[in-house]
Formats: sequence, C-alpha cells, structure tokens
Amino acid sequence: MRPFDYIRADAPATATKEAGAGARYIAGGTNLLDLMKLEVMTPERLVDITRLDLRDVERTPEGGLKIGALVTNSDLAAHPDVRRDYPVLSRALLSGATGQLRNKATAGGNLLQRTRCYYFYDPAQPCNKRDPGSGCGAIGGFNRIHAILGASEHCIATHPSDMAVAMRALDAEIEVEGADGAGRRIPIADLHRLPSDTPQDETTLAPGDLITAVILPPPAKNTFQAYRKVRDRASYAFALVSVACVLRMDGDRIGGVALAFGGLAHKPWRDPEVEATLTGESPSDDLFDKAADTLLREAQGQGGNDFKIPLARRTLKAVLREATQTEAAA
Amino acid sequence: MTTYLKMDAPQPRHLDETAQGVLGAPQDRPEGPLKVSGRAVYAAEHELDNMADGFLVRATISKGRVVRIDEASVKAMPGVLAVISDERFLRNPAQGGAGAAPVQGAAEVAYFGQPIAVVVAETFEQARHAARSLKVEYAVEEADVDPETASKVDTPDRRQLDQGDIAAAMGDAPHAVDVTYTTPVQSSAPMEPHASIAEWDGDRLILRGSYQMLKFNRAELADSLGISAQNVRILSPYVGGGFGSKLGIAPEAVAASIAAQELGRPVRVVMARQQVFEGTMRRSETRQRIRLAADTEGRLTALGQEDRVSNLVGESFSEPTAQATHFLYGGENRRFKQEVARVNRTCAGSVRAPGEAVGMLALECAMDELAEAAGLDPIELRKRNIPDLHPESGIQYSARSLAACLDEGARRFGWSERSPEPGQRREGEWLIGLGMATAARANVLSEAQARVTLHPDGTALVETDMTDIGTGTYAVLRQLVAEMLGLPSEKVEARLGDTDLPPGPGSGGSWGASSSGSAAFLACRGIRQMLATKLGCTADELRLQDGTATGGNLRAPLADLLTDGPMVEEGHLVPGTTAKEFSQASYGAHFAEVAVNATTGETRVRRMLGVFAAGRILNEKTARSQCQGGMVWGIGAALTEEIAHDPRDGHIVNRDLAEYHVPVNLDVPQIEVAFLDERDDAACPIQSKGIGELGISGAGAAVVNAIYNACGVRVREYPATLDKVLAGLPAL
Ligand SMILES: Cc1cc2nc3c(=O)[nH]c(=O)nc-3n(C[C@H](O)[C@H](O)[C@H](O)COP(=O)(O)OP(=O)(O)OC[C@H]3O[C@@H](n4cnc5c(N)ncnc54)[C@H](O)[C@@H]3O)c2cc1C
Ligand code: SF4
Repeated sequence: MRPFDYIRADAPATATKEAGAGARYIAGGTNLLDLMKLEVMTPERLVDITRLDLRDVERTPEGGLKIGALVTNSDLAAHPDVRRDYPVLSRALLSGATGQLRNKATAGGNLLQRTRCYYFYDPAQPCNKRDPGSGCGAIGGFNRIHAILGASEHCIATHPSDMAVAMRALDAEIEVEGADGAGRRIPIADLHRLPSDTPQDETTLAPGDLITAVILPPPAKNTFQAYRKVRDRASYAFALVSVACVLRMDGDRIGGVALAFGGLAHKPWRDPEVEATLTGESPSDDLFDKAADTLLREAQGQGGNDFKIPLARRTLKAVLREATQTEAAA
Repeated sequence: MTTYLKMDAPQPRHLDETAQGVLGAPQDRPEGPLKVSGRAVYAAEHELDNMADGFLVRATISKGRVVRIDEASVKAMPGVLAVISDERFLRNPAQGGAGAAPVQGAAEVAYFGQPIAVVVAETFEQARHAARSLKVEYAVEEADVDPETASKVDTPDRRQLDQGDIAAAMGDAPHAVDVTYTTPVQSSAPMEPHASIAEWDGDRLILRGSYQMLKFNRAELADSLGISAQNVRILSPYVGGGFGSKLGIAPEAVAASIAAQELGRPVRVVMARQQVFEGTMRRSETRQRIRLAADTEGRLTALGQEDRVSNLVGESFSEPTAQATHFLYGGENRRFKQEVARVNRTCAGSVRAPGEAVGMLALECAMDELAEAAGLDPIELRKRNIPDLHPESGIQYSARSLAACLDEGARRFGWSERSPEPGQRREGEWLIGLGMATAARANVLSEAQARVTLHPDGTALVETDMTDIGTGTYAVLRQLVAEMLGLPSEKVEARLGDTDLPPGPGSGGSWGASSSGSAAFLACRGIRQMLATKLGCTADELRLQDGTATGGNLRAPLADLLTDGPMVEEGHLVPGTTAKEFSQASYGAHFAEVAVNATTGETRVRRMLGVFAAGRILNEKTARSQCQGGMVWGIGAALTEEIAHDPRDGHIVNRDLAEYHVPVNLDVPQIEVAFLDERDDAACPIQSKGIGELGISGAGAAVVNAIYNACGVRVREYPATLDKVLAGLPAL
C-alpha cells in the first residue's frame, strides 16, 4: 500500500474541495482498500466521506425515492419502501457479496466498484484499464467472467455490480455534486461507459465529483419484478449472467418492460430494441427467442466465456416466462 | 522409562476394558473457547520486542534467472531495513516428511510467483510497499506451462503395473467402459495464511510458525540454514488449517530466519493471500483414463487407471492418483500407469487425501457408468467387487466394513427411491437426482513418541510435538489419557506443538490421532503398570476410575499411590510388519441428493450422507467434524474449486478467495454423518484408523453421479460448473 494522506470530510462541500486529481473518496472501503493493498489503485489522498449526512432514504416530491449515497447495501435492501415498491432492487442487493460486506458497502461505492477482471487485480499483468497502453491480459487469457457485449479490443471487462443492474432497469438518476459545488443529475444509463479505447475511464464523472444520492422515479404500478442471478456458487460470487426485469401486462399482452443485464458488459446493459421487440406483443416462447436474438445479435465470446451466450438466452427466457406466466412450449 | 511397541502383530483391545468411559464420547475441544474468542495466539499474532516485518518478493516470470535485484530502488523508502536474497532461500516448500531442505536458491526461477527475495521494514505495510516496488531484472527462458504439452515427462517405476491382459479382457467383456476424466489444480486455501516469526538467541533459532509436522520441519529448517537441528526450536501450538499446505518447511520460514539473523532482531514474514495461492503446495491436475470391464454377473474382469499429473523439475512427489484403486475392487487384469509432466507451475504436493481425493473422483464415476452399462444398481456393483484378498499382492485385509457402510447408507438415505433412469424427478425448474460413491482412504501409522505425567493431585499431562491443525488433537489425546488413567477429561492437559517435547508423527496422511494416540496409550500403559505394582495387583487386574484404583480386593485413591511424586512415562510407537501383512484402510459410503437447474445448469446439493467405519472412534464429535469437513471439500471438488492458469505463461489467475471458489454456507446442505462400530486390531494398539481424509475420498463423485441421475448429463471434467452441465441440457 502506498503511503497516502487521509482527510475526513464533514460536509459535501469540504469533500469536493479536498478531492482533486490523485484523490479518492472512501466510503465502505470494501473495494477501494483491497485494490490499494494490491497497489492496483494508488491514490495519494483519501477523503473519508463516511461522516457526511448522506444516510437517509426519503420520498421525493414526485413520489419516488431518494437514496443517500452512504446508505448501506443492507439497509437499502431491508428498507420497507424498497421492498414494497422496488423489489427488484432489494433482491439484487441481497444477491450480492455477503452479509458482512453489505453492512459496509454503500450505494455510491457500489455504483463505482471496479471490475473483478483477474488481470486488473494483478499488477504484474498487462491491463489497459490499470495501466493504459500495456495491453489486455484477458484477451487470449483466462476470461471466464468477461464481457460478451459492448467490449473492445482494448478491454473485455464486466461491471460487477448487481445493485446497479436493478437501478438501470428502474431508470435511476445519480445525483452528483461537482468540485465547483454545483449539483447535477445523471441518468444511470449515462454514468458508466463502454471500454472503447479508454477503458481506464469507466464513468462520465469528473475527478472530484461526489455522488450524493440515487433518485428512483415513482414506482411503476402493477409490475412483476424479478432479479435473477446466475453464478458459480450459491452465494458470495459475482454474476456470470444476471437479469433485472420490471414487466407490466396489459391484458394478455406485454404492456411495458424494462430489462437490464449484469455480467455481460462493461456497464449494466440495457437494450431498447429488446424491450421494443416485446412491448405490445402477446408472450410466447417464440417471442422470447426473438428478444434473445435481439439482445445477443452482436454478442461475441472470448473462448472462456462463450457459454454466457446460451446462458443469457436461457436466463432471459426463463425470466420472461415467469414474468408473463407463460408455460414452456411442449 | 519408555514403553515401546513395534506394530508387528495385531493388538489386544485394552481400551474395551477400561472403566472411565470417556473415550469416544463427543467431548468439546479444550482449546475451543480460546479459538472462538480470539485468545488462541496463532503464529503471526505474536508481538515480539523490536520485531521487524518482511514481505516476500514474487518472481514475475515463469522460468529463467534473476539477473539483478535493484536494491537501491527501495532502500531509501521509509522504514526499509534490508532487501535480502540468499542462496539458502527455498524454491518451494519441502514435501511432507522430507526431513531435509527442498531445492534451494533464489536466482533460478521455476514458476511464476516463486519467492526470490524478502524486503524487511519496520512495519508490514512498509515492507509490502517496498516489495511491490522492487525492480528486478530477469533473463527469461521458455517455460513449459501446460502439462499436456510439456517436453519432459517422467514415468516413475513405482506407479506402473501390468497384470494380466487388460486389452483382451476389455475386448471380451459383455460390459465395459473406457472413459477419461480430468480434475483441475486445487489449492488447500487454509484460513490462516502461512506465517513465521524467527528469533535468534545466539546461535539458537526459535521459529513461531504455522506447521503440521514439527519433527520434520525442524530438520528441514536446520538443513536449509546449514545449522544443527539441536539449535532449532519450532513452536506451533495452533494451526489455522493446513490440509497438507503446511507439511513441509516453506520459503517464508527460511526467509524470516535469514533476515532475523542478518538484522539481529526478530523478523516476521506473513504470506499475503495471493502468495498462499502462488507459493504453497497445489494439488496437481490429473487426466485419468479409466477402463473397467465386467462379466455378465457384474464382476470386474479388468481395471485400469492411467493418469498424467505434473510437478516441478526435481520434485519426487507425484500425486498417487490410483492409491485406493489398487485395493478397493477386484478384477484380474489390471493396468496402472502414471506420467509426470515437468512444468513451470507452482509446486505440487500433498493436499488433503493425496491420491484418493482425485483418483476416486474418476474411479467412482466410472463405476457409476459401468453400473448403468451392466444394468446393475451402483451399490450392488460395488458389493460384488469387494475382493477377498488384495487383488495384486494377495495379502489379507484388516477390518473392512465397506459392505456394511453401503447397506446402512442405502437404508438411511432412502436409496431405493432412486430411479435408475436419469431425469425422472422434477420440481419446477429443478431436476432432482441421487448419487453415491464408495469412500476409501489408505491407513498409515507413523512413528510417534509422547510423554505422560500423572500427578499426585489427580491431574495428568500429555506432551508431544504433535500438532492440532484444527483436527481435535488436544481433545482426543486428553480423552485417551483420561480413559487410560481413570480420570475425568478436565483433569488432563495436553501440551502440543513444541519441538522441545517428545517427537510425534505430525499431522498428515490422517495418521495423527492413531499414531500419537498410540504413543500416549503406551505411556499410560507404563503408568498403569507402575500403579498396579504400587497397589499390589497385576496390570490386568487394575481398574482405574474417577481417581481411584482398584485391583483384586485392593482399593486406593491415586494420591496414595503417588506419595513418591508424579509418575512419568514415555510411550514410543513404531510401525511394524502389520503394515505389510494387512491391507489397511478406512471405508465408507457417500450419498448425495442434488438439484440441477434446467435453465442454467446450476447445481445445488440438497442433502448428503456419509456412513464411515474407521476403527475405534476416539471422539465422536471431532471425528464427525472431520468427516463433514471432508464432505464439504467433496462438494467443492465436484462443483466449484479450480485453480485457473493463464494459458500463455501459466501464472495463477484466480489468486484470492473471491475467485477461487470454495463452498460457502449456502452451498453446503445438511450433512449427516454416521459411524459404524469397528475395531482394527492390525492398525494400532488403540484399534483406530485415519479419519481426517476419509470424508473427502469419493464425496465429489457422489455429487457428480447425482448430477447425472438428475439430468442425464455426465460431466467428466471436474468441477461440474454450470457451463459444462448446460452444454448437455436440452434447448429451453
Ligand atoms: C469478495 C467480494 C464479493 C463481492 N460480491 C459482490 C456481488 O456479488 N455483487 C455486487 O454487486 N458486489 C459485490 N461486491 C462488491 C461490493 O458490493 C462493493 O465492494 C461495494 O458495494 C463497494 O462499496 P463501498 O462503499 O465499500 O465502496 P468503496 O470501496 O469505499 O469505494 C469504491 C469506489 O467508489 C468511490 N466512491 C465511494 N463512494 C463515493 C461517492 N459517494 N462519490 C464518489 N465516489 C465514491 C471510491 O472512491 C472508490 O473508487 C463484492 C465485494 C467483495 C470484496
Ligand atoms: S479486460 Fe480490461 S480490465 Fe481486464 S485485463 Fe483487459 S483491459 Fe484490463
């Protein structure tokens, strides 16, 4: 671990003032500290934000929910409003990590956690994300957990969060306070980036930007919500494939649907064309196959993760069957 | 005085005649409260005055030479005291029981992650940062990283056997299977990382370490440093899991010792989790071709197991894949072959149940395949093939309750409800199946000494350098001495893990409890003889219970017989000819019920049962824990555990517990363990056999057989991760 300065902020404005280039906020520390011990991340200065007053979950005037950036994953999953109105989020949170980690991990930190790519974690390996220009160790290497959608020749990493996938399906917005003290809101769709040729730039945040809250829109009425996570062991493993689904039936047709995917890409993946394929149609296995075809039209395996292509198809179909109560075709 | 026994003949069952009645009882571990409250001090937790911390530097090439270590690149960093690279450094840990230094030298690199230097600083963080910053220049050579394509392959003589004509027998048989299974590299991943603190007092070295076999470790450390073993003391009273990875002295101990001597102050070296994966023993991957042929009655006519494993150049250890196959089932025509590929990968060595843990994964699944081919119930097939005499050497078996375990297991598990046809039970998305496998683990006895002291106040002390690696040695030795001396267990203290004490066998190969227990038993027999003489009866007449001795019509409290002070006796057990005259093993039967998800191929184990017979059970609770732990390892082997290597340079990719998947709570269902009553007179004077590795042997095969029964997909490439199951499932 590189020696670093440590500053404890008492208000968002002091936090953003202290944070500049070379600095990092520390919240639960469950991701950042691991990476610092390995010297994958080497901030010169840590700005501790855990004393900030960002631990509340409140109703917004519009009837949505404002989740403070420091609300722990455990508290958020257990919050009665979340459980009632946004069960997909509660389930996604509970499927992540372990009880101990969820007690420390925060909403803001969870959004900004880094990839679990093995090569990223080992400073002796080439990695464009950790060390731009050094190459990508995972391409041609062991890449079981890597991306099949939206990857580039520079990086095939996935975003590991479950929470963010559910938030993506819920059209959350991220409330940010900039270094200049000005606040703004970013749709979660625009928070994370695809790797392209700068995989080191994972988000659209500027240095010093502080996430202060996540805003959920008012809950959609009469929806089926599910989070299905497929993984290598029953708990305490990242998603190989996950599907967050919010679906509303309109008679015997699909009235509206939001589908977000984890484990497939560098960001929580959502594809409007998949949803368009389904909306207004009456559910059937053929339709679900069409939706899967659309989702996977540009999917590309890397060898070790080829299985994610059929796995994503099967998982999506099973979720849609459940959501629409469609029996499997005989 | 010393009571000595060489195991040249089966022994009488003295322990069936003692009166205290504590042996076998499910007693708690005496050190348990210390451990769960954090008061048991493990190796790295000692805080010595003026102690410095060292951090090992890893090689970042797979093969070649260290040309230059740029000390100056870190010397000026805060707190840095020294950068040490010494020709006495260990390339890799010693193999279990070596008793001498392994390959030494820090310049020649044989695998990615090999320790090549140690950086010592005032604090752990400073040392780690400097170690990570150290600049090293290498001369890189081309490495062999894939066991399948390695250019150098050995065929050790001891692992080749041809009996009869297997090819002809396979051709003639009405039922035959010829299948190839693979098992991956695994890591024992103990919870406590490897750690040593070295402290010199003149030319005497005290090492606080986390080690399993102190008698050997002392010799290995002394040999590595070029000093006399008399000058080395190793303390290892608590070990947070070893599973073979702490059998032999390891690089961190030697680095700490050299650094401590050079700096003239105590030095602690703790391995980071990633270093435990890269630098301690791995279990070799295996590729196993299994051939089985049976006649119309389901009797084996041919049995073959031919495997390829790997290790570093210069290591004599090779995974004894076929160890149990030799004695488990009959069949006249037999063929065993082993190839050892020499690769630039982390050193391969013993990991819990070397041999059986992987060999039975393949054999027991192949038996399942043969049962199906022959239209026989898998249990019936196994029972028909239990040989009367060892099918190769012709020697007799000692106690062997395999058939009884199979029957009892079938009854308890509800085996009769299993449909022999796969894919018949479905609950929603889940396909349910049952599977079973034999458990077998060769039994070994090892030379052991122990000292027992009986005090006039009615307490006793048992002392040996034997270790307790979480297995329950403290509890078992205390119970055994209490039984022999007629005392409540609380009156007996066990002192372990110190090379100043009489040398025990160490913890390895499941021999610990039987070997050190036998030594303690012998010491107690000597004390009983002294007590009988004092009381005025024969040793056979003597009865000891709750601190009172009776014999004939005489009766006295122990204190009255100890007016001259404490009685002290050493017991010394040496293995003898019974090891050659009897085929000795512990046996059992594994049963598993799994649910396979028809959508995703995920497998969840729903229940497991193990029925075991391992001679006399010394403590029902610790024995059960050992078996349960072994079965959890079986789940890991079957479903999740695999060290992944980069295909290009062979480095270990998944080097932490987030990505090396051992089973977690939610992966482990209710596990039922039952023991059958057994005494093995040929095994040792206390009639017990090894238990620590029995629970893993075969367990994973029961799970994979259950997967087949659930969904009809036969995975022959361990572990049965969802992608491999998925590949065989019908489209959705
Ligand atoms: C073994 C293991 C298993 C895990 N399994 C899962 C899993 O299955 N699913 C899953 O989703 N997650 C999993 N996690 C990840 C876990 O969810 C994250 O580590 C956690 O959510 C991060 O939150 P934190 O508050 O600890 O973040 P920190 O570690 O404190 O910070 C993470 C990053 O976010 C930045 N940051 C934090 N807060 C803010 C803020 N308010 N504004 C701006 N920047 C900020 C930090 O500077 C840092 O770069 C696992 C973690 C571990 C260690
Ligand atoms: S996939 Fe991305 S994170 Fe992984 S090695 Fe390649 S560049 Fe680095």
